[in-house]
Amino acid sequence: MARLIQGIVVGLGNGAIYALLALAFVTIYKSTRVLNFALPALMVAGGVTVSYLAAGAGMGYVAAVGVAVVSTALLAVVLEWCFVRPMRGAPVFIVAIITLGIDIVLRVVVNRFIGATARQVGDPWGIDAVMVLGTPVQERYLWFPLIALVIVVALLAFFTYTRAGLAMRATSFDQEAAQAQGISVRMVFTLSWAIAGALVAVAGALIGTGSGINQTTWVAALKALPAIILGGLESIGGAIIGGLVVGLVEALVGTYQADYAPWLGNNFAVVSPYVIMLLVLLVRPYGLFGTPDIERV
Amino acid sequence: MAMSLTRGRPLMRTSYAQDMGLLNTRGKRAGVGVILVLAVLLPFLATDGLLVVFATGLAACIGAIGLNLVTGYAGQVSLGHAFFLGIGAYTAAVISGDPEGRTLGLGISLLPVWLLGAGVVAAAVGLVVSPLAVRLRGLYLAVVTIGLVFLGEHIFKEWDTVTGGPGVGRPSARPRLFGFDLAADGAMLTREQKLYLLMLVLVVVFAIAARNIARSDVGRAFAAIRDRDVAAAVVGVNLTRHKAIAFTVSSFYAGCAGALVYTVTGFVEPGSFSLLLSVQYVAMILIGGVATISGSIMGALFVSSLNTASRELAAGLPFIGAVTGGGALNVFQLEGILYGLLIIGFLIFEPRGLYGIWLRARTYWTSWPFTY
Repeated sequence: MARLIQGIVVGLGNGAIYALLALAFVTIYKSTRVLNFALPALMVAGGVTVSYLAAGAGMGYVAAVGVAVVSTALLAVVLEWCFVRPMRGAPVFIVAIITLGIDIVLRVVVNRFIGATARQVGDPWGIDAVMVLGTPVQERYLWFPLIALVIVVALLAFFTYTRAGLAMRATSFDQEAAQAQGISVRMVFTLSWAIAGALVAVAGALIGTGSGINQTTWVAALKALPAIILGGLESIGGAIIGGLVVGLVEALVGTYQADYAPWLGNNFAVVSPYVIMLLVLLVRPYGLFGTPDIERV
Repeated sequence: MAMSLTRGRPLMRTSYAQDMGLLNTRGKRAGVGVILVLAVLLPFLATDGLLVVFATGLAACIGAIGLNLVTGYAGQVSLGHAFFLGIGAYTAAVISGDPEGRTLGLGISLLPVWLLGAGVVAAAVGLVVSPLAVRLRGLYLAVVTIGLVFLGEHIFKEWDTVTGGPGVGRPSARPRLFGFDLAADGAMLTREQKLYLLMLVLVVVFAIAARNIARSDVGRAFAAIRDRDVAAAVVGVNLTRHKAIAFTVSSFYAGCAGALVYTVTGFVEPGSFSLLLSVQYVAMILIGGVATISGSIMGALFVSSLNTASRELAAGLPFIGAVTGGGALNVFQLEGILYGLLIIGFLIFEPRGLYGIWLRARTYWTSWPFTY
């Protein structure tokens, strides 16, 4: 029972981070139809910024996260201007591969700042534990879903109630029609990269709690991929649910697989989301909440 | 008759077969001939160290050609090539491995046997995976193939009776042909010279086969699916069948390439089959030229030599440190940055890759003194 509760709490906590990452992917996908493979590097860039400011320079964790959010969003905007804007109108695959190239270069640069050992991010939680239903769980896992919830609500409010949010929704619905209505699609593209940069910076700051940020942390950002595929590439609700499902599956498989299916090998939990993704896609090719393409000839 | 008609008018075609011919101009015949002669002479001129780079590059050519068939010709974006390369490398290693060794081995070290075995097993897995490609399109497929790479990496790391386990690895397939061990120094040729010549012969065979697939009805169906799958289906292309063929053939090539690349190094480590390897192969076809066989070869040789090139570059540049720390960047980091920048640069400035640069140079000289 204690293991189950711990598994669920850890799963939902990590799932909340995956949900933020998935939201970043979906935000960019909805407006530009491109999967941004540079997000893992941006996430680590955000986490490292927090690490230098909070653990290094002694700034408060929240303030450091604030600075990291702004700087990572700016970095994302600059990348979009330099490498993605010239490619508008090119096939989406080409742009996606360009973002892969950006990711490789950016990661080399960020790894220089990480160094050989893990960097702590200076978070206030440490390994403090609280009791949930009589089981000790790390406090930070309870904070992650709350933080994610606040961000998601703010983001949805932005999409629903502001002019810029309306422009983004219009662009995602029909790019040409939006342009004809006077919406600057270029602005929308840049804005979506900025929002994604901000989201992954928060995710990086959260993912670095506990064992810190090292040169392989970026792989965790790719777990948002099964999440968005589960939810459907253009569904915000799907991204959140997909993220939580991926977190839960990973944590519960990690808890029980060694007892019930040891033949799957050590660390099977890390790849279990991909198995779920493959199974879901065989049944529902557009994810659980995605919209199927309707082909007109 | 046909020859006399086209003489002096190189672009004149009087039949479809001429247009589709493999070496249909005198320039191409001469060019390919010269390149082949130079390629055969190379092992007697270059150092053994350089030959290892070329042999690895040539083996990678086969994998790049395979990826180009599925991604370039048929338009099915696959980031899962590393998975199939790994299957090929381990199948070959198991078939030719020492039965008494630490890892599983059948002890059949005859080259054609393990090469075909590697290709067939990888192709079978590709066929099993292809239903996903039939149901999914575009970036969904790209993400799913990334998932394959992660699953494959996990299996390779955990199944240590076959792979030796992470950080340990196992000896790769050993090439023996007609009683000769190609991976040992002989009386006439060194190990590197023999491996290079072996790879050269195999690349020619695989490249011609791929070119023939591309110019047959199957190849035209691939191109139709890439350009617009709905339209292809309307004109009678069987989507399910041709996507399955594309994946299977591509996986066969990848399996053979995986088996061969690691014969050169003599060693396979399960950590090598990561997403980075897939990205390298995608880089090969993008840098070389999408949907061209000669481009795949140029791209594979180019990307495989990046490692050596960055090492040479590092020796020449004072601010690049050695492998262990020091300097503004080390060799591996320089190599990583070069990959990334080359991918970005080619896609933005020359989407047709090295093949496109060659086309522009050729057009410049054939139409000289006019600009086009």
